[in-house]
Amino acid sequence: MAPVTYKLPPLPYPYDALEPSISKQIMELHHDKHHQTYITNLNKALEVSATATASGHLHDAAAQLSAIRFNGGGHINHSLFWENLSPASSPDAQPSAAPKLQAAIDSTWGSLDKFKAAFGTALLGIQGSGWGWLVKEAGTGQLRIVTLANQEAVVVGDTPLVGVDMWEHAYYLQYLNGKAAYVDNIWKVINWKTAEARYTESREDVFNVLKGNI
Amino acid sequence: MATLFRAAPSARAALRASSVKPAIAALASTSFVRGKATLPDLSYDYGALEPYISAKIMELHHKNHHQTYVNGLNSALEQIGEANESGNQSKAATLAPLLNFHGGGHINHTLFWENLAPASKDGGGEPSGALKSAIDRDFGSFKTLQSQINTALAGIQGSGWAWLIKDKAAGTLQVVTRANQDPIAGNYVPLMGIDAWEHAYYLQYQNRKAEYFSAIWNVINWKTVASRLEKA
Repeated sequence: MAPVTYKLPPLPYPYDALEPSISKQIMELHHDKHHQTYITNLNKALEVSATATASGHLHDAAAQLSAIRFNGGGHINHSLFWENLSPASSPDAQPSAAPKLQAAIDSTWGSLDKFKAAFGTALLGIQGSGWGWLVKEAGTGQLRIVTLANQEAVVVGDTPLVGVDMWEHAYYLQYLNGKAAYVDNIWKVINWKTAEARYTESREDVFNVLKGNI
Repeated sequence: MATLFRAAPSARAALRASSVKPAIAALASTSFVRGKATLPDLSYDYGALEPYISAKIMELHHKNHHQTYVNGLNSALEQIGEANESGNQSKAATLAPLLNFHGGGHINHTLFWENLAPASKDGGGEPSGALKSAIDRDFGSFKTLQSQINTALAGIQGSGWAWLIKDKAAGTLQVVTRANQDPIAGNYVPLMGIDAWEHAYYLQYQNRKAEYFSAIWNVINWKTVASRLEKA
């Protein structure tokens, strides 16, 4: 059976729509080059793995797992990231677009500002490349901040709500080594409407963007 | 690692006067003074590695990134010292990741600057002498070593480094990668490191990291690598 081939999802806004928080040049490279490379390498690894599996070469299939995890995670993370960003001028970028989620944030951290401070500390504490996520915990439904190295993704149990890419390629052309300023500015372009939908809808629906681009 | 913090002033002066600076001794002599890490000077100008590594990258990388590791290392050491002195060894233990990250960042960058050189001076070309013999013995040829290192660099998932090391137990040279700022330790002696963090190349090469990995061979200082092997 031939594996599914994944495609780059189009950005839901123009490349320059997140300026001045994130520059057009960063968005172009990040979406057209970096995200595309994860997809290209994911499709390659899936194909090699499927061929090996079909012919009983388990060792060759197993050898692809690291590439599937890394590049698959890269595809998942970036697909979710684009959707949880929004032009600052849009009503979706207002926290009021996420009433239920805001209530949960208030009851968890005390206030949106305290949540932002805790998330920011987590993001700036990442050693090397990685992501920070606000997730809804499996089972308890509680909110939690997690950081994940490299392209590890929130794929087991928890539901990813808001992700922030802390790879240097996500900010370096604009912010250089000043990553704290990137973290400050990204709050202006968070898509709270997407976050609310992820918080309230079924976990499976959060990943629809992947199925929609094959 | 402890010896890095204990270079006597006379030894430091002697090392500074000497024209050949041994890799690890240079760390002890110039960047760890009385237990405090300091940013070592580059032995070439920020623009000296152009066109392979731009002046802007070198300046940010040295003055900002490396300095941040130095600051983080000193802060980690201070916090660990305080925790230890106040009898809170378990707190000291929890600070180990910070020490590894920032200490590793300081060690790695210090070694990296020294194993680079302007192409017009000691940079580029091919290894000679005992280093060449060891490379030929363990990799077959310099070309094979280069391609092994380039493959290793391309395969790093996230931030990290590739190193040519000597395994003291086996007596052989090997190519290894390390994630983030994990330093080379134990039986391995670092001979030559290449920084594969995006900040090492992004302003010039963006997502085309393979171009950076092929360009950097023009500025590898094989004299430094040979002298590290001699002392390994």
